[in-house]
Amino acid sequence: MAAAPGTPALAAAREAPARRGGRLRAAHGLKGSELSWALAFLLPYAAVFFAFVLYPVGYGLWLGSSPASYRALFADPIYAETVVNTLVYLAVGVNLKLFLALLLSGFFMRPGWWVKALLLIFVLPWAVPAIPTFISFHWMLNGQWGLINNALWTFFRMDGPPWLDTPHLAMGSVIVAYIWKWMPFWTVIFLAGRMSIPRELYEAAEVDGATGLRSFLHVTFPLMANLYTVCTLLSTIWTLGDFNTVHFVSGGGPALQTHVLATLGIRDAFELGDPGMGMAAVISALPLLVPLVIILMRRLSKGEVQL
Amino acid sequence: MSSGHLVRRRLGDAGAWLVGLIVLIWTLLPLYNMVLVAVQQKEDVFASNVWPPHPTLESFIIVFKEGYWYLEHFWLQMGNSLYIGVAVALLTLFIGALTSFSIGRLRVPMGWLVTNTALLTYVIPMSFLAIPFYRIMKSYGLADNAWSVIAVEVTFATPYAIFIFQQYAGSIPRELDEAARIDGASPPQIFFRIYLPLMAPALVAVGTYALLLAWNEYLYAFLLLSSDQTITVPVTLGKFLNSDEAPWNYLMAASIVFALPPLAIYYIFRRYMSAGLTMGGVKG
Repeated sequence: MAAAPGTPALAAAREAPARRGGRLRAAHGLKGSELSWALAFLLPYAAVFFAFVLYPVGYGLWLGSSPASYRALFADPIYAETVVNTLVYLAVGVNLKLFLALLLSGFFMRPGWWVKALLLIFVLPWAVPAIPTFISFHWMLNGQWGLINNALWTFFRMDGPPWLDTPHLAMGSVIVAYIWKWMPFWTVIFLAGRMSIPRELYEAAEVDGATGLRSFLHVTFPLMANLYTVCTLLSTIWTLGDFNTVHFVSGGGPALQTHVLATLGIRDAFELGDPGMGMAAVISALPLLVPLVIILMRRLSKGEVQL
Repeated sequence: MSSGHLVRRRLGDAGAWLVGLIVLIWTLLPLYNMVLVAVQQKEDVFASNVWPPHPTLESFIIVFKEGYWYLEHFWLQMGNSLYIGVAVALLTLFIGALTSFSIGRLRVPMGWLVTNTALLTYVIPMSFLAIPFYRIMKSYGLADNAWSVIAVEVTFATPYAIFIFQQYAGSIPRELDEAARIDGASPPQIFFRIYLPLMAPALVAVGTYALLLAWNEYLYAFLLLSSDQTITVPVTLGKFLNSDEAPWNYLMAASIVFALPPLAIYYIFRRYMSAGLTMGGVKG
């Protein structure tokens, strides 16, 4: 091929006219054969989208369209509790995780070899598959033989509580496991955000007498606020659909007291054998999900933050 | 004043060490628990041990030899996990690259619509479509077939691939395409000979992402696959958990064996992963 890669100088020199040419071509539309190629290249994704996004979404909405399903769902005493759990899980889990991640990203900005080595270890929870570690949490929190209560006994001669047999503690355990698993990912994101803040800004702030907390409040936070907001939205949306953490750490127990909407939907559909009721549980999350998606899409399309 | 400065710095260093220590313990505790249980005999697991009294690799040998009835098809299931992971990665790369090429380079009409559709798909929680997917895969005749899981995971991995590719392709000069076009290259030739080779770093990042996504996936594998010969390892681990007499040491040994390949992949491709994943920048 004539066009060997690695001609950036040439490319840069020709950038301006080529841009204009490109726009001209776009305005005139594609030539016949190029247009058919472009459409052909789009076909696989279009097929995936229609067969595996549009159809399931439509089918799911149809499955959950019977009012009887909603009557059954609202009559289920577990449902109200599940909604509260879901809100607590989102409000506490997402915010605590992101706030800690923001603080820790500042810690990992420190110079020194041991901080870099620690970062390699710190990302382990994210790199290790979720299911084994959640199973590990489940056993670690066993009231009788779990590592936590064993350690409490060995070091402090204390009897730990039966973590997963007490509703509030079980919900707390789920949130801790969730934070453990996902905090590293967001810390890395915030770390990248912090690194892209020019050093001169901090130096200028220091000249003006702002160090430590004040430099964080007046330099770091204003510049990170947008990224932080988008991360909160995205994380809330993903967490709303989180099935694995609850399913493996508490299993929805004790006595179905720690279900969230994502696990309740699966339970209703497959354990109770009522897909309509399961879909109703999922659809009842839409009044929360849809506004979040709209706000996020607006933020992302403005191009202020790239993910 | 300078001694006060020094004291404050010393305090800061001590604080950093303390934070580091807490982070270390917090991170390693659940992982240590896996190892602790895996290297113990069954009777030691049901005791209040903080360290293993008689460490042994027996559970790992059981796992390797498939010497327990839950682990009868362990290596076949590892193979299933690998097969699904590789298929998901390749298909995601292929579909994502074609789509991003069509939108970004061929400038297909209404390309923005496709981009936004993908963005919308990206934010649909995967688990919310489990119920319709379960029935749809049955009607497609894909019940208990690895391809049902592959299809679902490709669906959810492709939108991410499209974004990353579109962002990355922005750094490849369009003049290369133009030059090739003048030389008479057709779009497929440009795609295979220019676009794909230059996209290599993004392909590695997204391929790794898709592979790990598929390897870790539980819910769909659990719902769509049923026989011992077709399920993936996470489903087996879940079955273990729900059985009455759970041999925790075997379960944890199997978990560790299952966790090692992605861990290796992650640390090998970390450079690319962070290039792909840390694009969240602060735009002044």
